[in-house]
Amino acid sequence: MSYINPVNCADRPAGAFLAPQEAGQTKKIGDVILDVRNISLRFGGVKALTDISFDVREHEVRSIIGPNGAGKSSMLNCINGVYAQQEGSITFRGRTFKHMNSRAVAEMGIARTFQNLALFKGMSVIENIMTGRNLFMKSNLLLQALRLGPAGREEVRHREFVEHIVDFLEIQQHRSTPVGQLPYGLQKRVDLGRALAMEPKMLLLDEPMAGMNVEEKQDMCRFILDINDEFGTTVVLIEHDMGVVMDISDRVVVLDYGKKIGDGTPDEVRNNEDVINAYLGNSH
Amino acid sequence: MGFFLEALFAGLMSGVLYSLVALGFVLIFKTSGVFNFAQGAMVLFAALAMARFAEWLPQWLGFESALLANIVAFLIAGAIMCVVAWLVELLVLRHLVNQSDATLLMATLGVAYFLDGLGQSGFGSGIYTIDVGMPKDPIFVLESVFPGGILLNKEDLIATVIATALVGLLTLFFMKTTTGRALRAVADDHQAAQSIGIPLNRIWVIVWCVAGGVALVAGVIWGSKLGVQFSLSTVALRALPVIILGGLTSIPGAIVGGLIIGVGEKLSELYLGPLIGGGIEIWFAYVLALVFLLFRPQGLFGEKIIDRV
Amino acid sequence: MFYRENGQLKTSYQADQQIFPIAQDRWAIIGLVLFAIVAVPLLANEYTFSAILIPFLILSLAALGVNILVGYCGQISMGSGAFMAVGAYAAYNTLVRIDGMPLLLALLSGGFFATVVGMFFGIPSLRVKGLYLAVATLAAQFLSDWAFLRVPWFTNNSTSGSVMVSELQMFSWRIDTAVEKYLFCLGFLIVFAVLAKNLVRSAIGREWMAVRDMDVAAAVIGIRITYAKLSAFAVSSFIIGVAGALWGFVHLGAWEPAAFGLDRSFQLLFIVIIGGMGSIMGSFFGAAFIVILPIVLSQTLPALGNLVGFEVSTAAISHAEFMIFGALIVWFLIVEPHGLAKLWSTGKQKLRLWPFPH
Repeated sequence: MSYINPVNCADRPAGAFLAPQEAGQTKKIGDVILDVRNISLRFGGVKALTDISFDVREHEVRSIIGPNGAGKSSMLNCINGVYAQQEGSITFRGRTFKHMNSRAVAEMGIARTFQNLALFKGMSVIENIMTGRNLFMKSNLLLQALRLGPAGREEVRHREFVEHIVDFLEIQQHRSTPVGQLPYGLQKRVDLGRALAMEPKMLLLDEPMAGMNVEEKQDMCRFILDINDEFGTTVVLIEHDMGVVMDISDRVVVLDYGKKIGDGTPDEVRNNEDVINAYLGNSH
Repeated sequence: MGFFLEALFAGLMSGVLYSLVALGFVLIFKTSGVFNFAQGAMVLFAALAMARFAEWLPQWLGFESALLANIVAFLIAGAIMCVVAWLVELLVLRHLVNQSDATLLMATLGVAYFLDGLGQSGFGSGIYTIDVGMPKDPIFVLESVFPGGILLNKEDLIATVIATALVGLLTLFFMKTTTGRALRAVADDHQAAQSIGIPLNRIWVIVWCVAGGVALVAGVIWGSKLGVQFSLSTVALRALPVIILGGLTSIPGAIVGGLIIGVGEKLSELYLGPLIGGGIEIWFAYVLALVFLLFRPQGLFGEKIIDRV
Repeated sequence: MFYRENGQLKTSYQADQQIFPIAQDRWAIIGLVLFAIVAVPLLANEYTFSAILIPFLILSLAALGVNILVGYCGQISMGSGAFMAVGAYAAYNTLVRIDGMPLLLALLSGGFFATVVGMFFGIPSLRVKGLYLAVATLAAQFLSDWAFLRVPWFTNNSTSGSVMVSELQMFSWRIDTAVEKYLFCLGFLIVFAVLAKNLVRSAIGREWMAVRDMDVAAAVIGIRITYAKLSAFAVSSFIIGVAGALWGFVHLGAWEPAAFGLDRSFQLLFIVIIGGMGSIMGSFFGAAFIVILPIVLSQTLPALGNLVGFEVSTAAISHAEFMIFGALIVWFLIVEPHGLAKLWSTGKQKLRLWPFPH
């Protein structure tokens, strides 16, 4: 079985704002950072996820694939604390949770982009990315109202950080455009920028390349790999483009109808009987 | 005990009227997703039209029969409500497709103000009566069980019968006619309904017409009981807690919610009112709804809302 | 031609983050404030102050509060009148019940109590949104209508049910002429407008807007929804409460609960819609519009009626007002959901390019 590979992510320019990596250094995959154990999620009688377990190692690119409705986004929603699973637990960096709390998840360093754009439409690009910094902004309401001393300085400091992200994502000229007016591909970048502003340890990307053309996909691929290589950020990726998935993932989980049907390196998954059946259909 | 039952019945009957107004809300919300703040203004507008035409027609045409005047006035008022429905769709709803709930809500608030102003400049701003020959005399029932029996208002009884009949009629309309089926389809899924060729705009006109008709009936009953005046417009505000209680999309919810609120208001006024200063009817329903919201946001019969990202 | 930002290069983020990044805007606004403080008192007469300017200032202040909640945080409130009432009655009670209470503190305590009540009625917003919340805030409205009418303690056992503040004195300044009242309100408005503007362009303002635009995404990036919503209710009610206290103390002098009824809530909502949701500037535009339109109508409609030989009664004018407001609301929601403020900024955008728009 062969996959069409429209995107070649190997030949990408060096990272935009960090110092280039030392020659010869290779990516080092670390210990398990996220461990998902026996997750089951139901909505009334509908089983969205059944007994899903998988783990993510530090610094790796871990993909979740599967047909539409397989429960991929629901899985991320459980990790983010948007949905509360009925059974199972999630362990992140040694701490185990029955249910995740969105705020705590963000504080622990898990950031997320969304399948259907979930940007704040009424705000400009800069403001959208700045919301990702709110986690680190400590001045209280009164100081912010007066905008005196620390509050003003804090605002400037974080603005500077956000400008780096703007540079990195190459959206300088759209800085103060309301995000609603940007084309789709750029909105996806802003979504990524907002997640990056949280300085995440782990980045959950929900179909970051859906609906993009080849050039846009290449750009997005380049960003993801840069982030992974240079910041060492762990990436969990949901994507339908098999070329991209097989090319950039270290390991892949395959879901179908809310169940896990495959887990392993791209090559292992490619040759897994169940996975082939799920994608190509099987003859009963 | 007799006292209690009397209050209970009085509550049930005003509850029926709340249900009627709430029904108008639910019909529109179910099919078009619009939370129609103008329902009260529609009640006032319809009642004003009815009252004034019943008064004017005999003068203009020189006949005496009150019955004839009432029937013709009722038909004219009904026609006017249909024109209102058509204009609302044409001028407002059509341009606000896919807008947020809040925008639609505020647009209907604008419609409400417009109708209030139009109704009063067109039909006058005094207090008018609707006399459809409803008997006003009280009757006593269950005299054998309680000393003195229980005082009931014949008018209320008739109103209850009319309201029940209307609900029955609407149910038939929804279940048995092609248009009713189309309405239910639209209520379930706008896009799917549109894709099989149900004309959304026409459906909206129809449902606003139906809601206008419900408003007319409610207006006539309330009007004949209390007179037609501006305060009728606030009746809708009394009916808001009803749909919170019953669930925004549920017709049975509107009815049950109306009865609960009606009874609750009367009983609370009777037993709780004297303790804290009286006049608590106006907020009791709201506080009840508020408490309810905190524990069961979707209402008694509403559907649970799941956020998707 | 004269309105250009050419040559005004920003060399620091601080400079870029100013309220008015364009120098001409800055000068215009300073000029306007000076005009309001110095020239208006010299030019305007008694009637203009009490019928137009003072109501405009106080309604702008209240609309500022409503805008934070409705426009910035996206929580529909139909109980603004109630929060104004709480502000007015709380300020009244602190003033008459505590000996030697300074006026300023009394007014601020009105804001404080409005905050407490506002946060209480904001609790449902944690569970429900949009339409449901509208109903929850209506509960506040009806409850306050009832409480201030029926509970004698709130009115200091006044027999008529209305309360009165006879003498306004701040430190040694007796505020009794219309000009002084105007300046007093203007002071409040300027201070609160600056504070509000600072809030909406800071972290908390972005949290409010994030919750308004997409609450699930906001939660995922670590914004505490509870904190954002309740703080919006708190800040908004504080400002509305102070506005209510000013409305009672300065504008009305003596008032009854009806001054803060449901109509007031709707009026404030209309100001925000017409002026521009999510815009501090819009609150001023909307308030000016809603204060001036009835006056214009009452002047022009009878004259128009006379032209065609038709007597226009005051009742007819008030009905026409209803219709015009209703129609305007719908028109703005359809054509320009961001209200007059958006028209204003579009105009400025055009002016920047004028006379060479291409």
